[in-house]
Amino acid sequence: MTTTFPRLMLDHAGKRPGAAALREKEFGIWQTLTWAALAALVRDMAGGLAQAGLQRGQHLVVICENRPRLYAAMLAAQSLGAVPVPLYQDAAATEFVFPITNAEVAFAIVEDQEQVDKLLEVRGTCAGLAHIWFDDPRGLRHYAEPGLAPLDTLLEAARAFNAQHPAFFDAEVAKTTADDVAAMFFTSGTTGNPKGVVHTHASLIDRAQAGAAFDKLTSAEEVLAYMPPAWIGQNIFSYAQWLVCGYVVNCPESPSTVAIDLNEIGPTYYFAPPRVFEGLLTTVMIRMEDAGAIKRGMFHHFMALARRVGPKLMDGKPVSVIDKLHYALGQLCVYGPLRNTLGFSRVRVAYTAGEAIGPDLFTFYRSIGINLKQLYGSTETAVFVCLQPDHEAHADTVGVPIAGVQIKVIDSGEIMVKSPGLLREYYKNPAATAEVLTPEGWYHTGDAGFIDAGGHLKIIDRAKDVGRMMGGAFDGAMFAPKYVENKLKFFPFIKEAVAFGDKREKVCAFINIDIEAVGNWAERRNLPYAGYTDLAQKPEVYELIRECVEKVNADLATDAMLAGSQVSRFLVLHKELDADDGELTRTRKVRRGFIADRYQVLLGALYGGKASQYIETAVKFEDGRTGMVAADLKIFDAKVFPAVKAAA
Amino acid sequence: MSPRKIGEVILEVNNISLAFGGVKALTDISFDVREHEIRAIIGPNGAGKSSMLNCINGVYQPQVGSISLRGQVFKHMNSRDVALMGVARTFQNLALFKGMSVLDNIMAGRNLKMRANIFQQALRLGAAQREEAEQRLFVERIVDFLEIQPYRKTAVGKMPYGLQKRVDLGRALAMEPQVLLLDEPMAGMNVEEKQDMSRFILDVNDEFGTTIVLIEHDMGVVMDISDRVVVLDYGKKIGDGTPIEVRSNPDVISAYLGTSH
Repeated sequence: MTTTFPRLMLDHAGKRPGAAALREKEFGIWQTLTWAALAALVRDMAGGLAQAGLQRGQHLVVICENRPRLYAAMLAAQSLGAVPVPLYQDAAATEFVFPITNAEVAFAIVEDQEQVDKLLEVRGTCAGLAHIWFDDPRGLRHYAEPGLAPLDTLLEAARAFNAQHPAFFDAEVAKTTADDVAAMFFTSGTTGNPKGVVHTHASLIDRAQAGAAFDKLTSAEEVLAYMPPAWIGQNIFSYAQWLVCGYVVNCPESPSTVAIDLNEIGPTYYFAPPRVFEGLLTTVMIRMEDAGAIKRGMFHHFMALARRVGPKLMDGKPVSVIDKLHYALGQLCVYGPLRNTLGFSRVRVAYTAGEAIGPDLFTFYRSIGINLKQLYGSTETAVFVCLQPDHEAHADTVGVPIAGVQIKVIDSGEIMVKSPGLLREYYKNPAATAEVLTPEGWYHTGDAGFIDAGGHLKIIDRAKDVGRMMGGAFDGAMFAPKYVENKLKFFPFIKEAVAFGDKREKVCAFINIDIEAVGNWAERRNLPYAGYTDLAQKPEVYELIRECVEKVNADLATDAMLAGSQVSRFLVLHKELDADDGELTRTRKVRRGFIADRYQVLLGALYGGKASQYIETAVKFEDGRTGMVAADLKIFDAKVFPAVKAAA
Repeated sequence: MSPRKIGEVILEVNNISLAFGGVKALTDISFDVREHEIRAIIGPNGAGKSSMLNCINGVYQPQVGSISLRGQVFKHMNSRDVALMGVARTFQNLALFKGMSVLDNIMAGRNLKMRANIFQQALRLGAAQREEAEQRLFVERIVDFLEIQPYRKTAVGKMPYGLQKRVDLGRALAMEPQVLLLDEPMAGMNVEEKQDMSRFILDVNDEFGTTIVLIEHDMGVVMDISDRVVVLDYGKKIGDGTPIEVRSNPDVISAYLGTSH
C-alpha cells in the first residue's frame, strides 16, 4: 500500500479529467464537478490553508453536510499532510469543545451561520481556534469576529499563493505517505468523553479496496451521500471508496429533499442504517393504507407472494415455474414501481449497518428484489470486517470475514478482530488504546457473539452489557439487554426500548412508542390524543405494546440461551429519549446506565410491583431552552413463557 | 445590531383620509418610510391597518391626501403602476393559486418581467424558452432562499399554512421589489413558524436591501424586528417612533390594554 487519498484523486484527474466526480443539486439542477475541476479546487484550497498556517500533522475541523467543497477541504488538508476531523453538524455547541481542545485545533471549515454561531459560542473555551471559514455566507455579512472569513476569500488568496509557488502542491502531496494519519473520527461513546480514532491512509484505503473487491464495485457506481460525514460509515462509502473506485458521489440539495434526490439519482450502491430503511417502509405502509381498495388489495396480494418467493429468488434457490411467473407479474405491477418510488430501481448492492435490523424489515427489501445485505464493522476497524455475500444474506447474522480479516472469539464471548484496517490509536489516550489493542495486534470489538455453522458471524450484544439473572425462575441465565431491545424495536410501534435485568430476578423495560406509527394507528381507531405524552399513556396503546412485548417473550422462550431475558413488566415513557438530553448518543444508541440513573424512580416502581408512578422530567429543546414534562405512568405486566426446549 | 444603512425617505403618506360611506376607515394619516428600513404598522382589530396598505398599493383610493413614491406625488395609486415602480405585497388571507405548484405560483410573480408574447409562449419559440429558463433561475434562487426545495412541485393547497405564507412571500419577492408590503405575515402561525418568518423578513431586508412595510398584530414580533413603528387606532395615528418610544407611549398602551376609568 503506497497510495494516499490525494494521489488517488490526482490519478482520476489525470486519467479521466472530464468524468464526473461529484454532483450537487443547486437551484433545482444537478451541477457536476469533474475530477479535473475537483483537483483544481483542492489545489487552491490547499494553497489557501497552507498560507493561513496549516502545518503538516495539525488538525482541520470540518462541520458540514455532504457538500463538494467539504470533500475538497478534506482532500486539501490531506494533501498538506494535515488531518481532517469531521464533526457531527447536529451536535450542540458544547459537544465541539472536547474534540477541538483535545486535538488542539486552530482551523475550521464549516457550512453556514448555524455552525459559525456554535463555534463562536465555544470559542472562549477553545482558545486555539484562530481561523473559521464558512461555505454559505447567508446571514454572516455583518459578523466581524477575528479570523472568521468566507471560504471564497480563502480560495482567492490561494490563487495568488499558488501562482507564486506553482510546485508547492505537488511537492506536499509527494511528501505524504500511506502510513501518515489520514483522518480522525470522534466516536460518541456511550460513556465518558469521546475518543479520537486515528486512521492512516493505508488503513482506510485497504478496507475501502477490500469492500470494493468483495462487491465488484466500479467507477460506474452512483452514490447518494446524505448521512453525516462525521460518521465513518458515510466517510467510507462516499469518500474512501469514492476515491478508490472513482465513482460519482451525489450531494442532496438539503436534508429535507433526500427522498426526492434519491429518486432522481437512482443510486447503484446504497448504504444506510436500519432506521432509514425503517422510515422508508413506514412511509410506504402509511401511503398504502390511504390508497384505494384495488391498489391496496393488489399490494397485499403481491407482498404476500414476495415474502414467500422473493428471498428464495434473491438467494438463488429453486422456485416453481408458477411462482416465478406470478412473481414476474408482481414485478410489473408492484415491485418495480415500488422500487422506483423508493429510488431503488438501479440499486445493485445496498448495505445496512450500525444497528441490528429487524427480520421483517430486512426481508421486505430483499423480497421486492433489492439486494440488501448486512455488514459488520466499527469506526475502529474502518468499517469493513464482515460482509454478506450476495446469495447468503440472513437477517440474524452479519456476514463472513472478508479479505485480510481474522476473527476469533475469546473465552469471555467477546469477538476479536485482526485486520489491516484497524485504528492506529485513540488520539492522546494510550490507556484507552491499550484496552482495545493487544500487543499482538488484535482488536477487542466489545461485542459478544459467535461464528455459526455456515461461517457467518452472529452478534448477540455488547460484551460488557451481557449480564446474568439473579434469583427468580431463570436464576443464572444469560441476560442480553440489547438483544431484547432490538427484538422490541423491530415492531414498527416501538421506537426505543431500554431493558434492565442484570443481577435481578426478572427483566423490566422502558418503551418509547413511535409517534408516527402509533399516531396513525390511533387515528384509524378514532382515538384522540394531544401529543406524545398523552398518546403514550392511553390504555389502548398499552394493550398494543403489551401484545408486542408478549410476542417477543414467546420468541425468546424458544431460544435456549436467552429464554431468561423475557420482559415481565414494562412501562411506556412519557417523553421520547433524546440525544439532546444525553439519553441517546448522537448515533442514537441508548445510554442505558444514564437512563437508569435519571429514571431511578421508575425503575424502583417497576421492580417494586407498583401499578403506576408519577414522574417529572426536565427536557432540553433544540434551541437550548429547557422545559418540564410530567406524567403519571402506568406499569403493565406481560406474560412470560416457560422456556421451550428446542425440539431435536 | 447591523450596520445596514437606512437611506432617504422613499415612500411618504400625506394626510390620507379614507371613508366607506359614513364609515371613516382612515383619518388624516401621515408617515414616511425610509429606504432599507423595516417599518411596522400596528394597531388593534379594525384600526385601519389593511386599509392603509391597500391605499399604498392602489386597491383603495383615498378621498383626501396624497402618497409620494420616490419623489413622485400621486393623488391615488394604480395597482399596476405601483407594481412597475417596484412595490410588491403579500396578503393577510393568502391569495395564492391553490391548485398550482409552488414553482408556478412564484413564477406568476415574474409576470411583469416576461417580454415574450402569448404566441411565442404558446408555440414554445426559442426566445420564450430562453426567457422561461432565465426566469426559472431567479425563481430557484427564491426557493433556495426560503428553503422550500422539497415542495417545488407540490400543489400549494396541500401545504401547511405556514409554508403557504412563505410561498406568498416568495411570489412577492419574485417581483424584485424595492418596497415590500407585508399584510400580517405571521397571522395564524405557531411560535416556531413566527420565528422562521421573522428570520426570513430580516434576511430579505439584509440580503436584498428591500424596504419593508409590515402590518402586524403580534406586538412582540413587531418590536423585535422593526426599526420604526406607526400605531393606528380607530383610523387615527396615535403613535410613531422606534419600538422603545412606542412601547412607552401612554396612548398606545391604553389602545392595546385599555385604560382604567
